[in-house]
Amino acid sequence: MVHERYERAEETNVKILVPVKRVIDYNVKVRVKADQSGVELASVKMAMNPFDEIAVEEAVRLKEAGVATEVVAVSCGATQSQEQLRTALALGADRAILVESDAELQSLAVAKLLKAVCEKEQPQLVILGKQAIDDDANQTGQMLAALMGWPQATFASKVVVADGKATVTREIDGGLETLAIKLPAIVTTDLRLNEPRYATLPNIMKAKKKPLDTLKPAELGVDVAPRLTTLKVVEPAKRQAGVKVADVAELVAKLKNEAKVI
Amino acid sequence: MNYTAPLQDMQFVLDELAGLDEVAQLPGCEEATADVVGAILDEAGKFAGGVLAPLNRTGDRTGAIWFDRTVTMPPGFGDAYRQFVDNGWAGLGHDPEFGGQGLPRVVSAAVREMWKSANHAFALCPMLTDGAIEALELCGSDELKQQYLPKMVSGEWTGTMNITEPQAGSDLAAIRSRAEPQADGSFRVFGQKIFITYGEHDMAENVIHLVLARLPDAPPGVKGISLFVVPKFLVNADGSPGARNDAYCVSIEHKLGIHASPTCVMSFGDHGGATGFLVGKPNEGLKYMFIMMNAARYAVGLEGLGHAEAAYQHALAYARERVQGRAIEGSDASVAIIRHPDVRRMLMLMKSQTEAMRALAYVTAAAQDKALHHPDADERQRQAAFVDLMTPVVKGWLTETANRIAYLGVQVHGGMGFIEETGAAQFMRDARITTIYEGTTGIQANDLIGRKIAREGGATLQAVIAQMRATQAQLAASADADAVAIAAALAAGIDAVGQCGDYIVAQYGTDVRAVAAGAVPFLQLMGIVAGGWQMARAAQVALGKVGAGGTAAAGSAATSETAGFYAAKLRTARFYAEHVLVEAPGLAREIVAGGASVLALHDDQF
Repeated sequence: MVHERYERAEETNVKILVPVKRVIDYNVKVRVKADQSGVELASVKMAMNPFDEIAVEEAVRLKEAGVATEVVAVSCGATQSQEQLRTALALGADRAILVESDAELQSLAVAKLLKAVCEKEQPQLVILGKQAIDDDANQTGQMLAALMGWPQATFASKVVVADGKATVTREIDGGLETLAIKLPAIVTTDLRLNEPRYATLPNIMKAKKKPLDTLKPAELGVDVAPRLTTLKVVEPAKRQAGVKVADVAELVAKLKNEAKVI
Repeated sequence: MNYTAPLQDMQFVLDELAGLDEVAQLPGCEEATADVVGAILDEAGKFAGGVLAPLNRTGDRTGAIWFDRTVTMPPGFGDAYRQFVDNGWAGLGHDPEFGGQGLPRVVSAAVREMWKSANHAFALCPMLTDGAIEALELCGSDELKQQYLPKMVSGEWTGTMNITEPQAGSDLAAIRSRAEPQADGSFRVFGQKIFITYGEHDMAENVIHLVLARLPDAPPGVKGISLFVVPKFLVNADGSPGARNDAYCVSIEHKLGIHASPTCVMSFGDHGGATGFLVGKPNEGLKYMFIMMNAARYAVGLEGLGHAEAAYQHALAYARERVQGRAIEGSDASVAIIRHPDVRRMLMLMKSQTEAMRALAYVTAAAQDKALHHPDADERQRQAAFVDLMTPVVKGWLTETANRIAYLGVQVHGGMGFIEETGAAQFMRDARITTIYEGTTGIQANDLIGRKIAREGGATLQAVIAQMRATQAQLAASADADAVAIAAALAAGIDAVGQCGDYIVAQYGTDVRAVAAGAVPFLQLMGIVAGGWQMARAAQVALGKVGAGGTAAAGSAATSETAGFYAAKLRTARFYAEHVLVEAPGLAREIVAGGASVLALHDDQF
């Protein structure tokens, strides 16, 4: 089904770059490592960051509508991130780039790597998830926009691309805001932008034959050394049991004196 | 209903027990590399959990509805089927020449397990189509293949198997449907068929019936049955559906379970004759049907596995969240019922047998691939013999055990299990058909002791016993206490199978009634021990990963998910040895010594 907003195809030369991140599958119960250095990742089920799936879906829909000419998926991380790139290819991306690094990549390093890829690939639009569900940083898109000096529209719930600009509806605290930004530009996706499709079996099979290039951070001239140090990672505090109050007076007293909210 | 594909166990069985890497090296199976299979299982799991499982309850409550010779499927089924077709799942295992993906059977086994877990009634539609495709591929003329296969492989058209008649159930010699040759080479088919799964529905534009019927000059009995293609809509020269054929669904059955699957009474030729086309040679229909039947029997075994997994997931979720009663050793507050030893025993029975069933099913599927594709003819022969021996076991043991597991699923739920709202009862009702259709457990057991063992003097059985003993010996040599306990129980199980195999071969010719009286217990014994053999292999692999005596350390919550998985696998195998394999010696006594008392009463003493 082609949504109405994808039907206009006036811009004919839009290349879209879609960064995707390999994260713990959202169904997995995350465990903190015994030494509190991070969370347990060894052989835990991994998947594409759900917000990135939305980004891939949006890019593929723009291509299906004739607005985009090419969709390139890119991932920065360990070799296994190939699996998530193959997923993107199965969903409809044309080719993929892995920036391979076993180092811990923080948001700024990823943004710098993506900048280098943008300079190489010259996309008109970068669509990426607003945040990754592992570190919830919500930084990469914004940092990339700053590094590139491109306009950005974050938390998109609707994207229309035409006449050299993107008209983006964003979800903000007070409701919805619509921005028009000139291409090339950065868009980050919110949950309601679209509902990602299921990959079809023939496309899963074809994904293996689509091109997947591998680059190293050094080739891109990017220093990925972490700028932040993780001191420790702990489980969220367990919820305390509630208490019963005898009457309204006691409730008000507790709210006033213990919770200090009124 | 919630369903999460058990990807970790599926992948473990595929990689470590069924030998996916070996299968992927067979000619024609090269596409099935580990990364592609991983991606397929992932996506199939999403589809099963996200699209099919949510329709399972609706399908049960609404059911398929018949009115005026048409069948309306429950809400959502048509859309789900369209997605199933659009996403290319129908062609998974079929010939690329007709648009399939040509993936090996071991991969399709894992994917089909998911459809069956998520929605048994839905999954029957593609399953029957698969059977019809297989029959046409093997026996149809090129013209029939070109005309029907592309749209059946894509799933745009669905297929049926029209075998049973009111007087011809397990005994196909009694088939009366007839086919009259016409001048143009086609046939007019007349007769009534019952129990036709998806004989009529509104999810596809055409339904292709495969019908067993007799030609006018056919010899009596099973040697006079031919196979015909009878489409619901005749096919135009351009391949589009044309005139409505004289093949109608005159009613559907009201059943104990699988309510969304229309079980049709089909009437052919009430208005002058249904146009049909002969498949293969005249009077060879039963032979063709048997080729299909083996695939169908295996597929019903997978239904058992699917129900077992679904019932276990359902019961486990309930046992974790239902808080009731203090711990028997004493506790300050009420505990989740998973803490009660008897609930754990039930969950362990469900879990361990489901895993054993999965292992045996996938190992058999890998053998199917080797029997079809291995370059060495002798090896193909050996693998085919293994598949022949195991097919009635997979069908009979998996479905019988699935019923016990679904029963336990209700029991774990307590009083709520008896209430339809919780959904536990549906697995029990839906699973019930699996021990009956495509040959009852009794039929499977007779096939096992007669055709598969006695007829060849137990040769294949002896070869399997030798393989089992090799596994047992390796495990017995381990320093690990779990391994040694598993090996001891397995040894007793193998002895029981050996003793009964010898008894069957020796007595089948002289006292066949006594042997047949123990056929179902023997099938049960074979399943338990073959499953125990696979659990022992799994334990061996797990031991290699966690190290001997490593379960105590590896079981703690702080270690990684994988180590936890392998430790759990080893302990689950030990549970299976101590709670399931232990039944083997008792079954052997029943089989060898119990035949006479089965037959002791006169008919009028009942």
